[in-house]
Amino acid sequence: MEKTKTDYNRRAFLKSTFLAGGGMMISFSGLAKLSLDDKINPADLPADWHELTGYIKITSDNIIKIFNPNPEFGQNVMTSLPMIVAEELDVDWKKVVVEMGPHDNVKLGPQFTGGSNSVRMYWKPLRDAGAAARNMLLTAAAQTWNVPVEELTTKGGMIYHEKTGKSGTYGEFASKAAGVPIPKDVKLKDVKNFTVVRNSQKNVEGLKIVTGKPLFGLDYTQEGTLIAMIQHPPAFGMKVKSFDASETLKMPGIKDVFTLKLYEDGFEQAGFDTRTFNDLLVVVGNTTWQVMNARKKLKVSWEPKGDTKDTMAGRNGKREVVVPGALESTATHFAKMKEYAAKPAQLLRKDGDPETAFKNAAKVLERTYNAPFLAHNCMEPMNCFAHVTDEKALIVGPHQAAGWIEPTLSKVLNLPADKIDMQITRMGGGFGLRAYGHTFVEAALISRKVKAPVKLVYTREDDMTYGIYRPMYTATYRAAFDANKNLIAFHVKGGGIPEHPIHANRFPAGAVDNYLAEGWEIPSNITIGAFRAPRSNFNAAAEQSFLDEVAEVMGKDPIEFRLELLKRAKENPVGKNNEYDADRYAEVLKLVKEKSGWGSAANKQYSRGVAAYFCHNSYAAHVVDIVKKDGQPFVERVTSAVDCGIVINPDAAVNMVQGCVVDGIGNALYGELTFKDGVPEKNNFTRYRMIRHREAPKKIDVHFVQNEINPTGLGEPPFPPIFAAVANALYKSEKKRFYNQPFSTEFQKKS
Amino acid sequence: MPVISLNVNGKTVSVDADPATPVLWVLREHLNLVGTKYGCGVAQCGACTIHLNGNAVRSCQLPVSAVGKNAITTIEGLSENGDHPVQKAWIEQDVAQCGYCQTGQIMTATALLKSNPNPTDAQIEASMSGNICRCGTYLRIKEAIKTAAKQM
Repeated sequence: MEKTKTDYNRRAFLKSTFLAGGGMMISFSGLAKLSLDDKINPADLPADWHELTGYIKITSDNIIKIFNPNPEFGQNVMTSLPMIVAEELDVDWKKVVVEMGPHDNVKLGPQFTGGSNSVRMYWKPLRDAGAAARNMLLTAAAQTWNVPVEELTTKGGMIYHEKTGKSGTYGEFASKAAGVPIPKDVKLKDVKNFTVVRNSQKNVEGLKIVTGKPLFGLDYTQEGTLIAMIQHPPAFGMKVKSFDASETLKMPGIKDVFTLKLYEDGFEQAGFDTRTFNDLLVVVGNTTWQVMNARKKLKVSWEPKGDTKDTMAGRNGKREVVVPGALESTATHFAKMKEYAAKPAQLLRKDGDPETAFKNAAKVLERTYNAPFLAHNCMEPMNCFAHVTDEKALIVGPHQAAGWIEPTLSKVLNLPADKIDMQITRMGGGFGLRAYGHTFVEAALISRKVKAPVKLVYTREDDMTYGIYRPMYTATYRAAFDANKNLIAFHVKGGGIPEHPIHANRFPAGAVDNYLAEGWEIPSNITIGAFRAPRSNFNAAAEQSFLDEVAEVMGKDPIEFRLELLKRAKENPVGKNNEYDADRYAEVLKLVKEKSGWGSAANKQYSRGVAAYFCHNSYAAHVVDIVKKDGQPFVERVTSAVDCGIVINPDAAVNMVQGCVVDGIGNALYGELTFKDGVPEKNNFTRYRMIRHREAPKKIDVHFVQNEINPTGLGEPPFPPIFAAVANALYKSEKKRFYNQPFSTEFQKKS
Repeated sequence: MPVISLNVNGKTVSVDADPATPVLWVLREHLNLVGTKYGCGVAQCGACTIHLNGNAVRSCQLPVSAVGKNAITTIEGLSENGDHPVQKAWIEQDVAQCGYCQTGQIMTATALLKSNPNPTDAQIEASMSGNICRCGTYLRIKEAIKTAAKQM
C-alpha cells in the first residue's frame, strides 16, 4: 500500500465542504504538483479555498457524483478519470454519476487535453482525492458508531463494522465527514486490489452519443444567436485589400459584413495564439445556410501581405519573428528543402566521432524521407459560441485547453479573467488543432462587434484551408558499417517547414557509438502546430523505415536487430539524456513478435513489416500484414503491443490503439495537403482522401504489457510507428522501398 | 420565406425556410434536432445521414423543398429511449471515441440492416464506406452492425 501526502507548499490541496441540503464535497487542486504546466504558479493560488467546487460530491441520500476535470475529445477521459476517483473512493461504479467539470484551472487543475497527458497528470491527484474522501467517511462512521476506525471496511460505497454488524452508506456519513479534518496523508489501494480501474467500463456518454444529444460545440446555441463566418484569403500570404458587400447585404437574413483585426500590432502571442490570417472579413446573419450563400456574393480584392512580424511572448521576454510574405508552392518547398539539406545545420547531439567513422566506413547507407503538410480534419469543423458585452463574456466551444486561451481573451477583450465564463463542450476530434485559440478569439471579437450572441462556424472548406497544419518534413539518415557489416555510426539530419522534427535523444541514440543528429528549418507563412504525436509522427516513419533497411544490409532480422541495439543501450549506453527505457522498449518488441507469430510459416501469405517507437512516455510496436486485394496492397491485419503502464480502461484502451492504427494507416497512405502559390490544393473530402471503412484492416489485435507502472500516454504513442510498419510491409509486398508519404501515390501510379 | 410542411420523426412540423435550404440545416437550426451532424456539406463524409422513407440519404444535399410528403427520420426519431438494436449494439461494442460521426454511422447502418438483415463483411464495408470516422473506429462499427443483425 502506498502512502501519499495531501498537502503541498504548506497549503492543503484537498478541501472538504458541506453540501447545502446535506452531504460532502471533496475537491482539490492537483496543479501544484504538476511541472508540465508553467502557466499556473502554485504561489498564486488563493489563500482561502473554501469556495472550491469539487471532484466528488456525496449527498445524504447517497448520490455520488464525480466530475471529470479534463476536456473530452475522444480519448474517453469522461470515463477513465472518474474511474480513478471511484477506485480509491471504493464505490460501485454503476451507481456513480459523472459530469463534465466547469472550466476552472484553480479548482480543477490544468484541464489540458494533449500530449497524451490526461491520465498521466491526473492519476495521482485523483487517487488522492478518492482516498482522502474514503478516509474521512470512515472517520465519521467510527465516531458515530464509537468504534476504532481501523476496524471499519468499505465496499461498493458502503461502510461495514464486522464486530457489531453495523453498516451504512457513504451518504449517511457524508455530512459528518465534511467536518472531518483532511487527513495529512492517506493510504492508496494496492494496484492488485483494483476493482474499477483495470476493468473495462463503457463510455459514460455512450447513450448520449448514440441518441444525438447536443454534446458538441456546433450543437450549442442560445435564443437570438447569430451565425458568423469568416471569408479568409484564398492563399497563405494574402490579405484583404478591399471588398464590396452590397450584394451580400441584400441576401436574406444577413445582418452585417465587416472587417476585424484578430490581434493588434505588437500583440504578444503565447504558444497557442498562432494566427494564420489577422484581418478577418466577417459575414453575420441569422442561419448557417443564409450566411454560407451570402458569403459567396462578396466581391473581394486580395493583395499579398508581404513580410509580417509576429511578436512572441516567452519566458525570457518577447521576441519578434519575421513571417515571410512570399506565396509558397509545394514544388518550391521541395527545391528549398534540398538546398537547406545540403547546408550546415544546427547540431542537436553528437556522441563519439561520427565524422571519422563515416570516413573510414566500409559501406555507407543513405536514405531520404519526405512527408507532406497534413490537415487535421476533425469531423467537427472548428467553431465557437461567444456572447461578449462590455462587462462580461460567455464563451462556449470545443477546446483542448481553455486555460491557455483565457488569458488571450482577457487581453483582447480587455476583461478580467473572472468576467470570462468559458464552458468546454465535448470535441468532435481535436488531434492537436483544438489546442489553438484563434477561433475562440475570433468568435469573441465578432460577438462584441455585433453586440449579440454569435456562433462562429467554419465550413469544411474553411477548416481545411485555414489550418494550423502538421509541418512538411524531410530527413536524411546515414548508417556507417565496418567491413564485417557492423553498424559503427548513425547520422540523422532533419528539416522542415517551418520546424525540424528531430528528437535527438531518442532511439537509436544511446545504442550507437558514433551518433550525430542535426536539424534545420525553413521559415514559412503556412501556419503549423501540434498534430497527433507532433514530430514523432514523422520521425517514427523515417527512422523505423531506415532501421529496417539497416537490418537488411546487416543480414539481420529487423526485430532481433532492434533488440541487439536496445541491449547495448541498456547495458552500456552511449552518451547522456537518452529519453527511453531500453527494457520497456524491448518488451513491446518481444510482445509483438510473440503475438504476431513473427517468423512463423503460418504467416507466409503476408507481406510483413514491423516498427516500434517511444513517445509521450509510452512504448508501442506494430506488425503490419499486407495482402493483395484487387491488385493493390491492402493492410489486412495488424498486431500491436503497447506499454503505457497501468491500463485504466482496457477495452477503451484497445479502441484507442485500434483508432491510432487506422488513422495512421490512412495518413501514411493518403494524407497530404499541397500548396500552389499559397493556395491549399484540397479543400474538402472530395480531394482530401481519408481512410474509409473498406480500407481499414480486417483485424487489429492489441496487447498491453502488464505492469504496475503509473500510467503514461496512450492517445498518441501507437500512432507514429504504424507509418513505418506500413512502409516496411509495403517493401515486402511491392519489392521497393517507400520514402515519400503519402505512400499510395507511388503504388497507385504503378498499377 | 415560404412555410414548408414536413414529416419529421412521425410528427408534422412546419418550417419557415428558403426552399433550397438543405434538410441538414433545417433540422439543426429550425427544428433544433442537432443529432444530425455537419461534416463536409458535399455528401462525402456521411455525418449528416438521415432516413427518407427508411432509406439513408445525405441531408446536406437534400433541399427541404424536395422532401414533400416523404417521411424524415433522424437519430432522435430512431427510438424513444436509445434502445433501437443498432444503438444498443453501438453501446455494447463501445464504438465511439469522439462520437461526432457516430449518429451518421448509425443511420447508415440501420438503413443497411433494414434492406439486408444479414450483411456480409464485404456488404458492410461497401455500405459504410461513405461515412468517415477520423478516430478510426471502423472495426467496432462493423462489430456493432453484426451484433445488431443478430438482435433484429
